Formats: sequence, structure tokens, C-alpha cells
Amino acid sequence: MELTGAEIFIRCLEDEGVKYVFGYPGGAVLHIYDAIYKQDKVEHVLVRHEQAATHAADGYARSSGKPGVVLVTSGPGATNAITGIATAYMDSIPMVVFTGQVPTSLIGNDAFQEVDSVGITRPCVKHNFLVKDVTKLAETIKKAFYVATTGRPGPVVVDIPKDITAEKTEYHYPKRIKMRSYNPVVKGNKRQIQKAVDMMLSAKRPMVYSGGGVILDRGAKPLTDMIRQLGFPITNTLMGLGAYPATDKQFLGMLGMHGTYEANMAMHNCDVLIAIGARFDDRVTGNIEKFCPTAKIIHVDIDPASIAKNVKVDIPIVGGVSNVLKEMLVLLNESGKSPEKKALAEWWKQIEEWRSVDCLKYDTESELIKPQYVVESLYNVTKGNAFVTSDVGQHQMWAAQFYKFDKPYRWINSGGLGTMGFGLPAAMGAQFANPKDTVACITGEGSIQMCIQELSTCLQYGLPLKIVCLNNRFLGMVRQWQEFFYQGRYSMSYMDALPDFVKLAEAYGHIGMRIEKPEDVVPALEEAMGKYKNRLVFMDFVTDQTENVYPMIPAGAGLNEMILV
Amino acid sequence: MENEAGALSRVAGLFSARGYNIESLTVAPTEDPSLSRMTLVTRGSEEIIEQITKQLNKLIDVVKLIDLTEGAHIEREMMLVKVKAATGTEARSEINRLVEIFRGNIIDVTPSNYTIELTGTGDKLDAFIKSVGYDEILETVRSGVSGIARGEKSLSL
Repeated sequence: MELTGAEIFIRCLEDEGVKYVFGYPGGAVLHIYDAIYKQDKVEHVLVRHEQAATHAADGYARSSGKPGVVLVTSGPGATNAITGIATAYMDSIPMVVFTGQVPTSLIGNDAFQEVDSVGITRPCVKHNFLVKDVTKLAETIKKAFYVATTGRPGPVVVDIPKDITAEKTEYHYPKRIKMRSYNPVVKGNKRQIQKAVDMMLSAKRPMVYSGGGVILDRGAKPLTDMIRQLGFPITNTLMGLGAYPATDKQFLGMLGMHGTYEANMAMHNCDVLIAIGARFDDRVTGNIEKFCPTAKIIHVDIDPASIAKNVKVDIPIVGGVSNVLKEMLVLLNESGKSPEKKALAEWWKQIEEWRSVDCLKYDTESELIKPQYVVESLYNVTKGNAFVTSDVGQHQMWAAQFYKFDKPYRWINSGGLGTMGFGLPAAMGAQFANPKDTVACITGEGSIQMCIQELSTCLQYGLPLKIVCLNNRFLGMVRQWQEFFYQGRYSMSYMDALPDFVKLAEAYGHIGMRIEKPEDVVPALEEAMGKYKNRLVFMDFVTDQTENVYPMIPAGAGLNEMILV
Repeated sequence: MENEAGALSRVAGLFSARGYNIESLTVAPTEDPSLSRMTLVTRGSEEIIEQITKQLNKLIDVVKLIDLTEGAHIEREMMLVKVKAATGTEARSEINRLVEIFRGNIIDVTPSNYTIELTGTGDKLDAFIKSVGYDEILETVRSGVSGIARGEKSLSL
């Protein structure tokens, strides 16, 4: 039986096992929306802005490990989605974005709502396709999912002209797909892995630095197993939090610009650095000239282009993180050897000294609400089990520093692109993927206003998100930099004319709370998780305006040149 | 590369996005119409060339890539050049001699000019232009370099 392109589209999603599509209708995708109307296998989630569709799909992907799926119309639908696509691209998140396109006969004519979606998304996708023939539609969709979810994952855009969705053909969804030009490496080179294991065993001051790649490749368990067995200290990048239990003694906290003293000092002074699924981002390395001056470096990554891009490495291993870690563990056990105990004990003694600096300490006696205290309290009230999304800025760093993630997939933030407005829609996606879990969005009064319209989506789908707004009436991170590096000239960083968030939340049909005193923080959170468990609660915490994120590595400095409190 | 619409712009886009230079670029379909062959000339330190190679390999449309400068190879570029050569002048005879020396072909003649076809390495084409003299040249068009490995080595699937 012949199906229309629109029907084929739905069947493909069904066969791909897609449960949710986040999207927004428009002229070019009307045939598809008609096909959506006629079925009940794939649920469409209607957002209020296309940017939110991509962030929601992204949050869904990050919290579930499954690809996020987006459907938007041509022209402004596609351009609104770009920020979310670029966000997913920078953090290697598997996502398939379908954009409607004007009919093939009108492409290039400056038709109504026409934009060159393939051209405009090219620099921020893993790959993209324009479907010009309905008989190629199913195969293209299969390819899109295959490319998005394998190798180093990333967003893939499929641009579908309107006439293609009306034309008919036989439906056949390929079970498997082979592409001669795309064969990602999965297994690491065994000799390289052996060399790495030997180097690890001979280390006197080892340090493990793991990133988002471990989470993406489901490598948290083999990583934890191996590090526990070796007894090595470990730090996670902002993207890698949760890959190793944050409450474990071997965990030194996050590293980098706002990383802990002990993590950065251990990085700077180690003799063997084991980088796993991380990409030596500038926010991690600080001044590259001063980075890990005494270390031999082992780097495991699925993307060969990530290796030796910023930092020269001694033992590169291209391969899936999980596979390589498992293989390392096997070789380690076969060798029957363990790291030199005495050297390791001395190294730990040094690390404990750094740790005793207690670099994350803050004023707990203050009469103002300290933002760190809010995050700590959220951690305590949710017992560390919540899925936490964040926006971008100071609150993001405090969330990363003070919410101790013991499990992967629970920390969801825009690390690479640093997209304000990400938190709320990403939380929606995370809640769809984890309907029974608590999903909290840690945000600020600046970021939350960038996608605030999604409160309406949350009402429509009954998403009981817990919004933790650290409201300091400032674009906090901008203010912090202006204080440190621009002699306190707070250019445009003051948030004037803020809305009454309590009334705003209520206007959208949710619960709003304004919390002004430290002693009210925990009761408010408890009420939000208890009495209002099934409602969206917007908690507007009025926090200390002058609080800064510490430690901080200023631009151009090395990891050992932190500003402490 | 896959002979697909947009494949070329993916390569060009990569170079501009990452700040690499393209000195020349030639591309055309091969004997297998599903494939295009591209020769791209770029310059950079060893690290940069390594990064360019890796980034190009990441493009889904790139099927296979080799760095020809890693081994013995042949480079050829074709140039069409229109030069002043008025009938009966000494300049015309001089051009004739140069074309012979450089083993080019005169492929079009008018009473006032010649159009010459010349193939060789980039250096040879440069040398020809220099010998003719910039003032004598009306127009040049160069194909960009095409390259192939010497000997047994071949870039095929």
C-alpha cells in the first residue's frame, strides 16, 4: 500500500521507537500535523517557541540516553530552532530535527517562510539532509537517526519540502543502514590500551579527568569500577558530572575555571593524566601553556579530532569510552599488578591537604539567602535523587559545585554553548523522559525570562517541575566579571523592572513562592516536594546580590593560579 | 566525496568556520558518478594539517582522504591565458617561442592576441606568466591543482 510522505514520516518515527516529538506547527508541515492527528503512537508535545522544542528534546535525550526528536515548520520555525540545535551540537547530544520546507518547486524563490535550512544549520549539525524525493524519505530518516546516535553523537537536521509530504510511495523502513563514508570507530587499539594501562600502573601522582563522553557512551559503571580498583583521584568536567559518584572520597569535585582547589591542583601537579571522554576545553585547561606541566597524558575519545586538538598527548586512544574502559579493566586484572601503594598514599596526603582548604566554603551565618545554601538545601531535600537542569551563569556553577550527583544523566546543562533559556524547556524534556522523578530547574531571574513562555506548556502537560530561581537582581556572572575586571562598572547587568514571579507563575496556573529569609529556604523546598509534589512550583529565592562564584581561574592563568574566597 | 549537493559547501564551510586557508580547490565527478574527487591545497603547521585532516574525515560526505604530500606525488594545474600578440610584431614571435619552451598550446588566435593553454605545476605556470610579463597579459584563468600519488598507490574505494 502506498503512503503519503507525511504518513511515512510518522511510521518511521514509530519504527524508530520514538515516543515524543517536541514541536510547533506551521504551513510547511501541515500534512505532517494532519498525519499526527490521525494516529496515537507518537505523542506530539506542543511547545510555545521552537527554541524550547529543541531544548526539550535535548533535555529528553540527556536524561534518557535516547535521541530527542523535534518537528518545526520552515523559515522562522527553523531559525528559532537554531539556538537549540547549536546547543546540542556543542555538547554532542543525539537529536533529530525535522524542519518543514517550502515545496520543491518554490525552493530558491524567496517563497513565503522560506529559508535555506540546510545551509543555515550546516555549521551546527553533525549532518543534515534535504529530502527531494519521497522514495528516499524513509531511508533518509533512518540515516538521520543512525548518524545522530552513533560515534560522537550530535544533532542531525532533515529538511522536508511540503510537496514531499503529500506525494505517495511504498513504505519500507530499513532495519540497518550502512554508509560507506561513515564508520565510527568503536573499539580502541589494544596495544595503545595496554600501553595506557602500563603507564597508569607506573604513575606516582595519577589523576583522572573525565567528561561528557563517559555519560554519552554509558561508561559511568566501568569508569567507577576501574577508578575504585586503582584508588586514583578523579575529577569530572561540567559535562561529566555524575559519571563518578560525587559523594565518593576519591572524587575531587569539578575542575576548571570554577572547579575545586583540590581538583585543579591535582591536575597541575599530576605525573600521569588520564583524560576520558573529555576534550580539553578552554574553560577546563585555563592557559594551555601552563596546563599539566609535569604530566604524561593518556586521552581516550571516540572522536579522533578531539585528540591533540588543544593539548599534545602521549597515548591517544580512539574508541568508545565504555569499550576502552572495560578493556582497560580486563588488562588491569590480567596483569595482577596494582599501583605503587606508597607513592599513591603520599599523593593522597598532598591532595587531602589541598582539600582541607575547603574552597567551597561560604558564609553560613548571613542574614541574606546565600545561593549556595539554596542549592545545598535542594540537594538535601531531594536526597540527591533529582534530575537537575540549569540555565547559564553563576547559578549554573553553584548547581555544579553544590548538588552532588552520584548518578549519570541527572545533571543537564548547556556546557559548550552556554545557552541562557535552556533550563526550563530542558527540564520539560527530562520530566517527559522520567515522569516519576523530581525534576528541578536551577535558574536565575535573567535566564528564566528567556524561555518563560514554556510555563504554559508545563500547564498543558501537567509537568510538576520545581523551578529554583536564584534571584539576585543581577546578571550575576556578568556582574562578577565586571566587578573583577572592569572596576565595578556594572554595564547593563542589573535586572531592572523584574516581574513578580509569584504572580507570573500563578497567571500561568502554577504555584509561586517568594522566599526572602534563610530559615524559609528548606520549608519552601519541602513544601514544593511534598504538598505541591504534583504541581509546578516556581520558587523565587531572593539571594545575596554580591555573592561571587569561587574559586575562579582568571582568563590566561594556569590551573594552579586560582582566586580563592 | 559523495557526489551530493552541498558536499562542496560542507568542505568550504569547515575551512572558513575553523579559520583554515584554502589555496586552491578542484572538484569533479569521477568514473563512478556517485563519487567526486577533490584536490585541496592548504598550508599549515603539522598540527594544523593533522587537525584539518581529522575534521575533514569527520564530514559525512567525505569518503576517503589522503595527504598527497606524505609521499611522492604529481601535481598538475591547467591555465588558459590571453596575451597581447599583434600580427607581425616581435612580441608575437617571442610568445610563440615561450609557448614552445613551456610546451603549451595556442588554442585561439586573433589579429591582436593569442589564447594559450598550459599545463604543469603551479610553479611552471607562475614562471610562464613572469616570462610573458604582466603587462602583456589580458586575462588568466587557472584550474587549481589536481593531484595524484606516484606509483602503485591509488586513492580508490
